[in-house]
Amino acid sequence: MQTENLKVQSFIARHNSEKRALIAILQDIQAEYNYLPQESLRIVSKSLGIPLIDVVGVATFYRAFSLKPRGKHLVTVCLGTACHVRGGPKILEEFERRLGVKTGETTLDNKFTLETVACLGCCAIGPVVVVDGNYHAHTTIRKVNTILKKYAKEEIKNETH
Amino acid sequence: MRRIKKIKSLKELEAVIEKETELRKSDTRAVLTVSAGTCGQARGSLKVIDSLKTAIKKGNLEDKVKIRVTGCHGFCEAEPNIIIHPHDLFYQKVDPKNGKDIIDQTILKNKVIDSLLFVDPNTGEKAAQESEISFYKKQKRLVLGDNALIDPTDIFDYLSIGGYRSLLKVLETMTPEEVIPAVKKSGLRGRGGAGFPTGTKWEIARKVKGDIKYIICNADEGDPGAYMDRSLLEGNPHRVLEGMIIGAFAIGATEGYVYVRDEYPLAVKNITLAINQARKIGLLGKKILGTKLNFDIHIAKGAGAFVCGEETALIASIEGRVGEPRQRPPFPAIKGLWGKPTTINNVETWGNVPIIIQKGAEWYSQIGTDGSKGTKIFSLVGKINNTGLVEVPMGITLREIIFDIGGGIPGEKAFKAVQTGGPSGGCLPAEMLDLPIDYESLTKAGSIMGSGGMIVMDEKTCMVDVAKYFLNFLRDESCGKCVSCREGTQRMWEIVKNISEGYGKEGDLELLEELAKIVKDASLCGLGQTASNPVLSTLRYFRDEYEAHIKEKRCPAGVCINLIRYVVIPEKCTGCLACKNACPQDAIRGVIRGVHLIEQNKCIKCGACLEACKFEAVETQREEAIRIVEGGTEK
Repeated sequence: MQTENLKVQSFIARHNSEKRALIAILQDIQAEYNYLPQESLRIVSKSLGIPLIDVVGVATFYRAFSLKPRGKHLVTVCLGTACHVRGGPKILEEFERRLGVKTGETTLDNKFTLETVACLGCCAIGPVVVVDGNYHAHTTIRKVNTILKKYAKEEIKNETH
Repeated sequence: MRRIKKIKSLKELEAVIEKETELRKSDTRAVLTVSAGTCGQARGSLKVIDSLKTAIKKGNLEDKVKIRVTGCHGFCEAEPNIIIHPHDLFYQKVDPKNGKDIIDQTILKNKVIDSLLFVDPNTGEKAAQESEISFYKKQKRLVLGDNALIDPTDIFDYLSIGGYRSLLKVLETMTPEEVIPAVKKSGLRGRGGAGFPTGTKWEIARKVKGDIKYIICNADEGDPGAYMDRSLLEGNPHRVLEGMIIGAFAIGATEGYVYVRDEYPLAVKNITLAINQARKIGLLGKKILGTKLNFDIHIAKGAGAFVCGEETALIASIEGRVGEPRQRPPFPAIKGLWGKPTTINNVETWGNVPIIIQKGAEWYSQIGTDGSKGTKIFSLVGKINNTGLVEVPMGITLREIIFDIGGGIPGEKAFKAVQTGGPSGGCLPAEMLDLPIDYESLTKAGSIMGSGGMIVMDEKTCMVDVAKYFLNFLRDESCGKCVSCREGTQRMWEIVKNISEGYGKEGDLELLEELAKIVKDASLCGLGQTASNPVLSTLRYFRDEYEAHIKEKRCPAGVCINLIRYVVIPEKCTGCLACKNACPQDAIRGVIRGVHLIEQNKCIKCGACLEACKFEAVETQREEAIRIVEGGTEK
């Protein structure tokens, strides 16, 4: 954990150990680990002199932060109004069925985490699904399996290499 | 991009603008303008760009044609699209395969590629030029128009269309005391939702005594269904910066923040780049252009909380705290960020400022209605043919936007409602289509202008479901500070959810109305005060739909899954197997060319069959046997 500590410390240092940068620091940590490890919150609390309860308060208040490790691939289903009227919830249900998890959960093999977002601002091409930063436009129930297969395939490809 | 050299005086800036404008004019190459905002990229515009580049390189045509990669052009339905100059052609839904053709046919042989032209969904007519397309005809693109002219990652491109000329004018010829009356006279009001007069806000901030003053650009575009701020930050970030620098000069602010949603990665990237370039060229920093103006801008990224669009919550978030709103007064103009006087304006508001300075307050105030001046950008989305960002003069009617610009509803379905203002707004029915849009008229009709989301709904949209959607959103996003909002949105959601599931009972609607009123009256911030609007407006205009759910256990639109079942209409079924193959539950029986049947006991009502059927042979029908349970469902 020593080297990990150093990494978290470097994120804090990047923001001059300023209290006001708490959210930005947590964003950096999450960008690195995909979630906020408990230990990192303790380090942040100590280094910035902010009580741990307040650090956890911020980490749980904002939707973008996750306190649980996330899977290798992050599937985000947009549930904005435009996506909603075009069938977004049905797409989400199909992902839940295919992956066998509920929203916010990670598959047992740690490959996929399923999340939702309030709006990505791509309303014209809804329903929108984002996987690892790649946008999938006009998603249909039938496309869900194709999308998942694509990422599962990449997985196999990477493993055989 | 070329190397940026620091500009040290106003004269020098003028010379640079002139030089860049001249350079642009003297470049006689054909220009392929490719839209590559988030939507465009999602539809493959980057691959289109690659294919064009390859074709240009192969033909050694670098001196004949150039590619300009821009942000969003607003016509999202037609993404990725290319505007070609000087031919003045508009190609839509371009595929990477078309790259070579565009170069070979259009650029080299001057031939129009027919298959890439826009086809009007109603008349079937093709349009070769942007100006011929019904989507653009009634628009007045003051703020958004420049998106199609510039590469947002290159400050010189912005300078070459006369960018930063308004700032030059302000610094050269005006005092702060002259800028504020100009903004006041223009009639500009906040584009983020509440519509507070911008000039008045600035005046208050100017008059407050303080050693440090802040200005903030609110780019926490939280309304689901609105994305004009993203489009502006992605496509024309320098316009927003120019507005902010002018604001800083007028108010006397030395530091600024752009608070932008983390969900908009491209917007974050482009505005960050723009700030760095502006700093390098000397438009931000100490003693800007040799004047006394000191001003710099920082980025603060949101972390996914809708309530942070509220100004006091936004300030708390920049300070690194939980985004909970606080009591006003004191207003941020008096006591804001770190207790200092702070002026917060929305992205679109800042984007309007340079236009007002350039064209004059008088000119600007002639656009719009008595109380609402200028243009407003709406995101026209949902069940509409021409989806996209539309910028129209205030006072235009909903009908003009939805039917003339938007091209009406797809699939010959009937218009049912338009939702404006996001979760704080309301749903307006067909009777309101001739309503001229401005801040007051929308409020009177039970909705609000909001940030400009406009979601069109057709006969297949259930209004109870829509109300449930917004309540679910709001109960989720309520920060929890006020009991009325935290518990009220939760209870309203439970009631509407029960109704949608067939468990509604007599008295529910009256209880909803009572609760809605209390939430409205007893909540601290805008989120809670307007949280009842989606419920109240749907109750006002679509009460019969609620009653059908409660009394007849029927969902007229065929959406609420407890009240419907999917069936195959034997007369329409061709036996193509499409639905059978799509069904995840193996709930469909049938052989090829034989009529199919959905086994109701296996069906999970996922809707895959309806989506798969090309012959409209799958329909939703009323579920006959509804179990009515006293007391409703659990959470």
